[in-house]
Amino acid sequence: MSKQTFVVGMIVDDKPGVLHRISNMFRRRNFNIESISAGATEQRDLVRITITVAGDETTVRQLLRQSEKLLDVVHVNVLDQEKAVLREMALVKIATADTKTRSDVMNWASIFRGQIVDVSPESVIVEVTGTTEKIEAFVEMAKTVGIRELARTGIAALQRGPKTLDSEKEAG
Amino acid sequence: MPVYDALLDFDVRHILVRHEQSAAHMADGYARASGFPGVCLATSGPGATNLVTGIATAYMDSSPVVAFTGQVITDQIGTDGFQEADIVGIATSVTKHTFQVRRASEIDGTVQLALDVATSGRPGPVLVDLPKDVQMESFEFESSKPIRFHKNRVNRDPDHTGIRKAGELLSSARRPFILAGGGVRISNASEELRAMAELLLAPVGTSLMGKGCFPEDHPLSAGIVGMHGRIEANKLVQEADVVLAVGLRFSDRTTCKVNHFCSDARIIHIDIDNSEIEKNKSVDVSIVGDASGVLSSLGKQLAQRFKDEKSEWHARIRQLKEDFQSQNHHDRGAPSPSAILKELRKVLPAEAIVATEVGQNQMWAALHFQALSPRTFITSGGLGTMGFGFPAAIGAKVAKPDVPVVDIAGDGSFIMTENSLATSVLERIPVIVVILNNRMLGMVAQWQRFFYNRRYSAVELGNVPDFVKLAQAYGAEGLRPQSVEEFSSAVKTALRNNVTTIIDVPISPEEDVLPMVTPGNGLEHILT
Repeated sequence: MSKQTFVVGMIVDDKPGVLHRISNMFRRRNFNIESISAGATEQRDLVRITITVAGDETTVRQLLRQSEKLLDVVHVNVLDQEKAVLREMALVKIATADTKTRSDVMNWASIFRGQIVDVSPESVIVEVTGTTEKIEAFVEMAKTVGIRELARTGIAALQRGPKTLDSEKEAG
Repeated sequence: MPVYDALLDFDVRHILVRHEQSAAHMADGYARASGFPGVCLATSGPGATNLVTGIATAYMDSSPVVAFTGQVITDQIGTDGFQEADIVGIATSVTKHTFQVRRASEIDGTVQLALDVATSGRPGPVLVDLPKDVQMESFEFESSKPIRFHKNRVNRDPDHTGIRKAGELLSSARRPFILAGGGVRISNASEELRAMAELLLAPVGTSLMGKGCFPEDHPLSAGIVGMHGRIEANKLVQEADVVLAVGLRFSDRTTCKVNHFCSDARIIHIDIDNSEIEKNKSVDVSIVGDASGVLSSLGKQLAQRFKDEKSEWHARIRQLKEDFQSQNHHDRGAPSPSAILKELRKVLPAEAIVATEVGQNQMWAALHFQALSPRTFITSGGLGTMGFGFPAAIGAKVAKPDVPVVDIAGDGSFIMTENSLATSVLERIPVIVVILNNRMLGMVAQWQRFFYNRRYSAVELGNVPDFVKLAQAYGAEGLRPQSVEEFSSAVKTALRNNVTTIIDVPISPEEDVLPMVTPGNGLEHILT
C-alpha cells in the first residue's frame, strides 16, 4: 500500500489537555503529524481539530480507531479530499532590499490573490490563503528574493455539501 | 493529608504500603481477582511517579485500577513547586484517561466517571489528580453532578454480518482452534467459551492473559500459545484451518513472528476494542463486541453437526498432548521447577489463586501449573513487571480472603517488592510466596546461555538475602524445602499458617524454560 497524505477531522471536547492527549497518542502510536490546526466550532464547548498525516490506509484506519478510543474525541473521520474544501493561510515576511524586489513581490502577491498586510523599508508581509500547493508555490517564489520569516496555519478543512463530520462512517 | 484525615471518619479499608508501586499492583491484583476496580492513593510528586510502573502494568493488561494522586495547590501548578510532578502528563500514555479536579464540587462526579471509565468497555487504569487546595475546599453538597463528555459511550451492537460470516467459516472448518485471551476472563465468558469449544470440538489454547479462562485439565485444553507456549498448543494453532481468536491482541509473545502466525488459516477475531482489529494481525473476519455476548450469538448460529467429522484432528490433539507429557527433564540434583509446580497444583485447592512474578518463574508457572478457573492466575503479561506478583497476591487475598493465594516467584523479582512483607504481616493479609530460587536473573541468564555463548553479564544475584531469615525479620514465616516431598509439606504448613509464609526452594541455576520459540522466528521453530 502506498503512502499518501490523509486529512483527519476531529470534533473534541474543549477541556484542558485535549490537544496534549491527542498529539501524545499520535506520537506514542507512531503516527506522523504533518500539520495540525485547532479552533472553535459553532458549538461553544467543542473544538475542531484538523490533522494531516502521512501513511497508508491501514495506518489511517488504526489512527481513526485509536482516536475514537479517546474520551474527549467526539467525532473523528478522514475527509475525502476530492469532495472537501481544504485551506491554509500563510504569513510570509519577505526581504525587499530594493524597489524592484518590492514591486516583484507585490506582483506575485496579486497573482496569488494574496494581500500585503505590512510594509517596512526592508520587508513586506504577504498574507496568502489557499490550498497547500498554492501556498507552497508562493513560498517558492518568495524564496528567490529571501524569506525573513514564515508562519503557516496548517490546514482547516470541511466536507463540501450538507454532510458533517459526525454524519459519516469510518472511511476506507 | 486532607484526604487521609478524612479517611479516619469513614469506613474505608486503607492498606498502608511501603512503596507506592506496590499500592498500584495491590489494587491491580484486587481488580483481577474480583473483577471490581482496585483503588490506590499516593501523594504528589515522587508518590505519584512511583505509581506509574503499576499503572502501566494495569494498562497493558486491561485492569481497572483507579489511582488518586495528590497535587500541589492549583496556583502553584507549573511553578515546579515542592513535590510537584506533572503526573497527568506523565500518566497520559498509560491510562484510559486522566483527570485533574479543579473544584471540590467536581470531585464526586469525577470519581464516578473515573470508576465508570476504568470498568467499561475494555477496562484500564484511570488517574485522578487532586490539588491540595481542592482537597481542602469546602462547599455545600446538594446532589451528585455528573461530569459530562460529549462522546456517546454506549457500546455498539456486535456486527451481525461478522457473526454470520464467522459462523460460516467455523461450520466449514475441519481443524478449528480457539485462541482465548484475557478478554474472555474480563467479560466472564468462560462458560460460553467452553460451550463453543465443546460444540466445535476445537482445542483451546490461551494467551498468557487468557490462562485460566478455560480449564487446563479439560481434554480440549492445549495450554498456552506463544514464545514459551506448550508444544501441543503451538503446533495445533499452526495446523488449524480456522482460528477463532477471542479477547486478545495478537501480542508478539503469543504470535512470535506475526506474519508466520496461522498464515494458512482463516482467522476470526473477536475483541471489544475496535482498535485491536488489524493492529497487529490482519484477519478474515472481525467482530467488535463483548466476548460473552458474541460467543453466545455465534454459538446459536452453529448447528450441532460437527461430531464425528473430526476424528483425525482429535487423534492429533490427543497424540500431541501425550507426546508433551512424556518428555523427560534433566536431573540437575535439585527439585525441578516443573515438579515443584505440579506438586503445588496437587496440594492447593482448585479455587486457589496464583500470582506470578516475571521471568522464568512466570513461564514455568504458565507451562506447568494448571489453572482451572478464571481469575485464578494473575500475572503481568504485557508489561512484564518484575515485583508485580507479591503485591498483586496481597491485593487478590483482600478480594478473596477465604481462598489461599500463592505468589510463584523468582528471587530476583521478589526482591523488588519484598518490603510488602511489612504490609502483609501488619495488615494480616497472609499469602504464600514460593521462591524458585536460582540465585540468578534466570530468564536473562537463559538468553545469555542460548544466544550469547554462556557469557553471563550482570545476572548473578548471589546467595543473599537469606529469604527464611528475611521472612522472620518481618514477622513472617520462612521455610526452605530441599525436595519435592519437603516442598509438599511446606505448602501444607503454609496453608495452615495465618501469617505470610515464604517457601524458599533452591533450584539449579542451569534450569531453562523450555520449550522456547527462538526470537525472530515463527511458532514452528521450537527448542525443546
